[in-house]
Amino acid sequence: MSAMITLHIDGTPYRVPEGQSLAAALIALQLPSRVSVGGTPRTPFCGMGVCGECRVTVGDEPGVLACLTACRHGLSVRTR
Amino acid sequence: MSCSHLETDIAVIGAGPAGIAAALAASERGARVAMIDMMDEAGGRVWAGGPAHGGTRRAHAMATLEGRGVLHLRGVRAIAGAPQRLLLEGAAGAHLVQHGRLILATGARELQLPFPGWTLPGVVAAGGLQLMLKSGLRLEGRRVVVAGTGPLLLAAANTARQAGARVDCIAEQAPRERLLHFALQLPRFPDRLLQAVQLRAALLRTPYRAGLRLQQAEAGEGGWVCRVTLADAQGRTQHHDCDLLAIGHSLLPELQLAALLGCRLRDDGQGVTTDAFGATSVPGLYAAGEAAGVGGQRKAWIEGRIAGLAAAGRLDETEALLPQADKERRYAALLQQAFAPRREESPALTPETIVCRCEDVPLWQLADCASWREARLQQRCGMGHCQGRLCGGALALHRGWRTGADTRIPIVPTRLDTFIHLAQLTPGDSP
Repeated sequence: MSAMITLHIDGTPYRVPEGQSLAAALIALQLPSRVSVGGTPRTPFCGMGVCGECRVTVGDEPGVLACLTACRHGLSVRTR
Repeated sequence: MSCSHLETDIAVIGAGPAGIAAALAASERGARVAMIDMMDEAGGRVWAGGPAHGGTRRAHAMATLEGRGVLHLRGVRAIAGAPQRLLLEGAAGAHLVQHGRLILATGARELQLPFPGWTLPGVVAAGGLQLMLKSGLRLEGRRVVVAGTGPLLLAAANTARQAGARVDCIAEQAPRERLLHFALQLPRFPDRLLQAVQLRAALLRTPYRAGLRLQQAEAGEGGWVCRVTLADAQGRTQHHDCDLLAIGHSLLPELQLAALLGCRLRDDGQGVTTDAFGATSVPGLYAAGEAAGVGGQRKAWIEGRIAGLAAAGRLDETEALLPQADKERRYAALLQQAFAPRREESPALTPETIVCRCEDVPLWQLADCASWREARLQQRCGMGHCQGRLCGGALALHRGWRTGADTRIPIVPTRLDTFIHLAQLTPGDSP
């Protein structure tokens, strides 16, 4: 069992397992990753860096694929 | 940002089973080999999820590669290629690779077929869920339905079950007769038979239903998926409540780079055309594993080894391996025959169904489009982040469009400071 760490998603702190993919954490927390051009919420989908539904802003960097990003302590994630 | 330059005798794209096997074989006699992969950790999609997956074979292979000085470029994606040159992008900047021979071991992605509700929160790809589970996702108390086609559905369902989920139904759209025919051939491949029996035994209490296709997913309060409707061939429907819906319609090879570099593709679009040694129609360019036709990790491993030896100029050493590779390709053909989605068995679209998730293009907007090109230019279908890698497969099935061979530079969305190095790919004719 991996250690739990704290990261922030849209300002709210969450405890998640360290090293889990950020996409998996969003699915576990039932949080959307982005809003589509048509205005509907989306959650991580393909899980393998193809679809881009899991694009979030991590720190200052926009367009980060949550499915290819591991949860680390102190990450600040924005979903819109 | 900077652009580093490197030179190698043999470049391998992909560090899944095919890429690792190719790099191992190619480096045995001292050739300089670079193995290039988009993930931080080798193993590809099939062996993703840390040392527990892929087991000792991967760990041993990686240690051997390191000992031989094989360069493992990780977290890096190929964005463009020209003869003997590749432009790559990673977090630290761009890389220009000058290589002798090139082995494409680019693996596969899932084919996803749209249906009403497939864009809802909580609808995930079956293979994607598998990867999330391998990275540690727990699903205690969650109800999961797995639907689509292909053996991956069973694997995903089993992993979800091990992670605490209650899997209420696995819906396979291929009819029972075809599954039976497939099962009857399995004794020719004893290891697959054993694997299938073990998987089925693990899922003994999970209903596995053939001939059921996805019809609709609905959201509950909060917008998260809560119910899925499945339909049989006669149109009779059944409903399942769920907290997570995992969908997938078998695998598609990743062919963007192969198409860009001019490799001849199979007529059915299901892989690069190769000879028995993995050589493609482009001299010096080889393909192995899923890129040469989806068939799983055993096929990938043996084809990778053959292509690695061939690229290193050691064709004579491949002879003993060819019968085994043939057998794996026969198994791949069997899989294809059983599970390649057929249009009449696949989820039906309504005019409002979103086809392109990137640009939110519904089916009705494509009514007047005669080709993939028109859909792209007039309706922006396939022009978003995924560049048609998701909707292309669906439109190939539903409209018969050739969507696989249309690749442009950059292959994946790219930073401008990588893009500016593009001129170095073809130094002769830069302005």
